[in-house]
Amino acid sequence: MSKSELRPGAEAVLEKGWLAAHKWLLLRRTSQVGIMLLFLVGPWFGWWIVKGNLAYSYTLGVLPLADPYVLLQSLAAGQVPEKLALIGVAIVLAFYLVVGGRSFCSWVCPVNMVTDLAAWLRARLGIKGSAHVSRSVRYWILGATFVVGALTGTIAWEMLNPVSMLHRGLIFGMGLAWAVILAIFLFDLFVMRHGWCGHFCPVGAFYSLIGKLSLTRVRLPNREACNDCMDCFAVCPEQQVIRPALKAVGGTGPVILEANCTNCGRCIDVCSKDVFRFGLRAGNNDSTLGGVAGAASK
Amino acid sequence: MTGSGRAKPGGRRQFLVDTARVACGVGLLGLGMGLYARHAKALPPAAIRPPGALAESEFSAACIRCGMCVRDCPYDILHLAKPEEPMSTGTPYFVARQAPCEMCEDIPCIKACPTGALDHGLTDINKSKMGLAVLVDQETCLNFLGMRCDICYRVCPVIDKAITLDPQTNERTGHHTLFIPVVHSDHCTGCGKCEKACPTEVASIKVFPLYMAKGQLSAHYRLGWIEKEKAGGSLVAPEVEHQYNMPEGMKYEHGKGLSTVPPGEAPGGATGLPKALQGDKL
Repeated sequence: MSKSELRPGAEAVLEKGWLAAHKWLLLRRTSQVGIMLLFLVGPWFGWWIVKGNLAYSYTLGVLPLADPYVLLQSLAAGQVPEKLALIGVAIVLAFYLVVGGRSFCSWVCPVNMVTDLAAWLRARLGIKGSAHVSRSVRYWILGATFVVGALTGTIAWEMLNPVSMLHRGLIFGMGLAWAVILAIFLFDLFVMRHGWCGHFCPVGAFYSLIGKLSLTRVRLPNREACNDCMDCFAVCPEQQVIRPALKAVGGTGPVILEANCTNCGRCIDVCSKDVFRFGLRAGNNDSTLGGVAGAASK
Repeated sequence: MTGSGRAKPGGRRQFLVDTARVACGVGLLGLGMGLYARHAKALPPAAIRPPGALAESEFSAACIRCGMCVRDCPYDILHLAKPEEPMSTGTPYFVARQAPCEMCEDIPCIKACPTGALDHGLTDINKSKMGLAVLVDQETCLNFLGMRCDICYRVCPVIDKAITLDPQTNERTGHHTLFIPVVHSDHCTGCGKCEKACPTEVASIKVFPLYMAKGQLSAHYRLGWIEKEKAGGSLVAPEVEHQYNMPEGMKYEHGKGLSTVPPGEAPGGATGLPKALQGDKL
């Protein structure tokens, strides 16, 4: 127990092998880096597969994708977007309704790699103690971005948003954005465990609202096999989402329905008892229904 | 989570305290965000927005900082503002002295904009108002010094409309002409080619955002000569031909000067009486 506390997933590595115990992590990093590269090969080599950034992008001159959150802020500030942006919003909304709202956070967002590194380092360095702030603060901030946007008639949040700042910075030139990202890294490392992504980020909060309805979920078809090793809790960036489904709190079915589960799949990786797998949200009252493995590749 | 869910004595109190704490914290953040947003609404003088950009107050609500205009500009003149730059982070601009707008006829930057922050209604680049050129320094402008530099006039894409050369006497030499570059705001697009091409060490003609470059008359001002043109004639009492009170036998005509009146042509007949005492004109 104390051994697995130090290195969550060590048991799973022994049981399943290193590759199987890192499958979703590797896929996730591939997705994050791959998407970043798609945006970067244009400015780097002149291969224009994707133009734009996460706010709005145009792929191969046919596929518009737009961030619903930023366009909703624009709407709150009193501007109606053009047709392509509206189509882009519809596609993105539909996509995340299928793959899971906060899948954006763990599979696409570049800040996730920074905060994951901070969380990993925090565990390895054994940094204890963390500021306590409610995880619901992000929804207050989400609301504030709309209120301030509407009051000032600007997309106020986009002037500060570290997510778009980093993504835009990597593609169009960082400037001092690296300092903001460094601040988030240090905050997560020394001040607060999973501080930014888990408590404050209104972008994640927005995508979690989509996640309330989204289809792809982590299921626990094998929850009876849990041996309470706590490895899933140790790696999960949103620990509070696991307990209801794992321990059947209040008769909760074997599906993680919490909107803030990011579908990162680390719990699936580190569980030596194969309790978790990806599946669909339906049938959450019947523990005998198995999940559809691998339904959510991205 | 907060203590809201816990069924213990003081749970409600704890909930209220926690809520107040979060509300205050987020309120402060919101205040900071709002002040920063307001402060960043003013565009620095050297930053010119791409063609078709909405007025700054609307632009900061419409631009989502995607950089599509930057990508589709064939001359790569546009940049997205970095966080440390004194304008709305991530919004597009160009600096005329570095690289001016080349005024593409198909305006690809506007077509690329997904939000209408660059107005899709603008289809004629010559009607764009990115800014306004101002001859900022008459002391260094070579034409003002009496030379025939004329570069700003020559490079202007709207030559002879946006910039004209107006002749003036060179008071210094007494017998030369100064060809003064004059910018006309109704035709200047603010592309910045004049600023880019100006040969003085620091440009003597510069493009500024419209709000900085353009004055405005008070709404109640009427320019008499324009009103007269609109009305097709004088707006006050009809003009009376001016009459000069001349000595007997003389007349004065504008442009011709004094002349003597041949006998018999004298107004009012040759009664011998002084003009002022003649007839019923009194």
